[in-house]
Amino acid sequence: MTNILLITYTISLIYIAMANRMLTYIRIIAFQGLLLFGIAFVELIEINLLNLVFVLLETIIIKAVAIPYFLKYILDRNRITREAEPYVSNFVSVVVVTLIVLGSFFLANSVQDTSVRKIFFIVALSALFTGLYIIITRRKILTHVMGFMIIENGVFVLSLAVGSEMPMLVNTGILLDIFVSVILLGIFADKIGDVFEEQDVEQLKNLKD
Amino acid sequence: MIGIYLSGSLIISLCFYFARNHLINVILAWAFIILQTALAVYEYNHPDITQLEYFTPDALAVIFLGVISIVCIPAFYHTFIYFTKHPYKPREQGLFYAAMVILTASISAAYLSNHLGITWVFVELTTLSASTLIYHRRNKLTLEGTWKYIFICSISITLVFIGILFVTVTVQQQGIDNLFYRNLSLHAPDLSPFWLKLAFLFIFTGFTAKAGLVPMYTAGIDAKDKAPYPAGALLASVLMNVGFIGIFRFYEITSHTVIYAWTNKIVLISAVLSVFVATVYMLRVKNIKRMMAYSGLEHMGIVMLGLASGGIGYYAAILHLILHSFAKPALFFQFGQIYRTYGSKSVYDVGQYFKYNITGAVVLMISYFIITAMPPSGMFVSEFLIFRSLFESGLLWVLILVMLLLTVIIWAFGKNVFKMLFIKPVNFDDSHVEPVPFSESLSQFILLALVIYVGLNPPAELVQLINSAISTLPR
Repeated sequence: MTNILLITYTISLIYIAMANRMLTYIRIIAFQGLLLFGIAFVELIEINLLNLVFVLLETIIIKAVAIPYFLKYILDRNRITREAEPYVSNFVSVVVVTLIVLGSFFLANSVQDTSVRKIFFIVALSALFTGLYIIITRRKILTHVMGFMIIENGVFVLSLAVGSEMPMLVNTGILLDIFVSVILLGIFADKIGDVFEEQDVEQLKNLKD
Repeated sequence: MIGIYLSGSLIISLCFYFARNHLINVILAWAFIILQTALAVYEYNHPDITQLEYFTPDALAVIFLGVISIVCIPAFYHTFIYFTKHPYKPREQGLFYAAMVILTASISAAYLSNHLGITWVFVELTTLSASTLIYHRRNKLTLEGTWKYIFICSISITLVFIGILFVTVTVQQQGIDNLFYRNLSLHAPDLSPFWLKLAFLFIFTGFTAKAGLVPMYTAGIDAKDKAPYPAGALLASVLMNVGFIGIFRFYEITSHTVIYAWTNKIVLISAVLSVFVATVYMLRVKNIKRMMAYSGLEHMGIVMLGLASGGIGYYAAILHLILHSFAKPALFFQFGQIYRTYGSKSVYDVGQYFKYNITGAVVLMISYFIITAMPPSGMFVSEFLIFRSLFESGLLWVLILVMLLLTVIIWAFGKNVFKMLFIKPVNFDDSHVEPVPFSESLSQFILLALVIYVGLNPPAELVQLINSAISTLPR
């Protein structure tokens, strides 16, 4: 079951590489939140109420509902054009993301260590690099926030793989911090939409020596 | 005490946010300064006693707590001056003060934390509060600076988190079930070198965003430039110590393992590159604040050189950090007066400073000598010790390269500073220049005097603290 979910997750990464509209990006991120909930739910060894509530909160409420809803709100409010406008063509993106997945596969296989399950490791690494790739190749500031979300999702998969040793208090702190930083990024993306004519990284080139 | 401190600063920052009155602001600022000092004194008197499970005042934390308690007093004082000269709305002022209190409190908590995860949480909190300070002026450039700062810091802190996960992998193999630094260094020799290497790479890269080192230094430079100068002073000194403490605590763990030589190489590469990048930018930078920020990059590079070369270098690195945290705020506070006189940040528009503000010009000149580590600057002592340790550890080529680069930096810095002091500015209308009272420069003189005093004649207690902070590192 976990494997199916993880593979679906990887497919969603490839799908995001060829997605054309901003709304599709948001939907994929929400879908990834649901997948993460599935994976976490299956992987939970001891289902006590506290863990369940925490995982539910982190994946469904925050990753699948709150953040996508918030991104959608910014998208509508700033009348951002619906195309994602990447620097490279979607075909190249698909090839690159496929290569990333393949590369992570070989990288994970070269690790001579049995303590981390390989499939988790592969998926996490792919998500990490895909997120970075999305940030580098997309022009809109809001897509940068989405790239950051993809990276965060990858880190979540990785944390499931290693079975976090963090106490509840630390976990909650981490969750809150990530949530606030995404909200802050969103707020500032919103402000950039207000101040500059376009939400475009080309506008952010004034600070230099 | 830490519990009282954290809740106290939360209440004070809330009060700041809602206060609309100058007198109340002054009272709140004093209340926070007293709270901060009380924390530093309390932790100094209760060393190594764990509070609230996650906070232990070890020697390094106590040193940096002392430094931040000293630096935050002039920072608040200059914020008051800043707001009398640049009247912002009371609401914006309140937000600024509140963010400053949260920033100071989260920095202090990050120093004291004894758990990898808790350090992470508070370091992330510093990003969030610092972004409010950077965005204070609410124009296009500050927006750009803030966006870059939050974005790069968020990515970096995620890298740190990945590093923590890798530590968890190897920690689980050894059957340890928590991430307290004490536990980690106790079991360090048993941890798997492969995962530790991976973890060190991620954690080191992540914390360089805060420490202001290559590769993640860029956002910090923009932040120090765009934040109002009292906040810039905090970002350029005590916040960089947070990055250092994050790196140092993990470095301490790896120092007990077989990968110690490898970590030193990584630290050394980052250090030399930092000094190199600082040199390149110092040669071409024309914005005074950015010039000061790049000087911070150079000094952090030197600190890391001390760490990488070992021996007396450990001691000198920490001493250098302390002195840098006193000297750099003095420069930033002085910049506030320069900006008020000339209304520009560019070296081209500033000149003949002696004519308009004698005390300020003297501060600028002295702080130039202090920050470039010329005697009698205390930083001369620490840099000298770092160079000696480089020599002793056989890194002669690195030493020669760094010394050459530093010479270029001193020249580039001096060229700009003396231009500002003596050469007539172009098209400057001096009919509206207000005289700056001496009292506004007093705090800078005190800070600079501290650099000289602590460097040349460090108090016995401080030496003891530094020695106990580095006692676990291999000699």
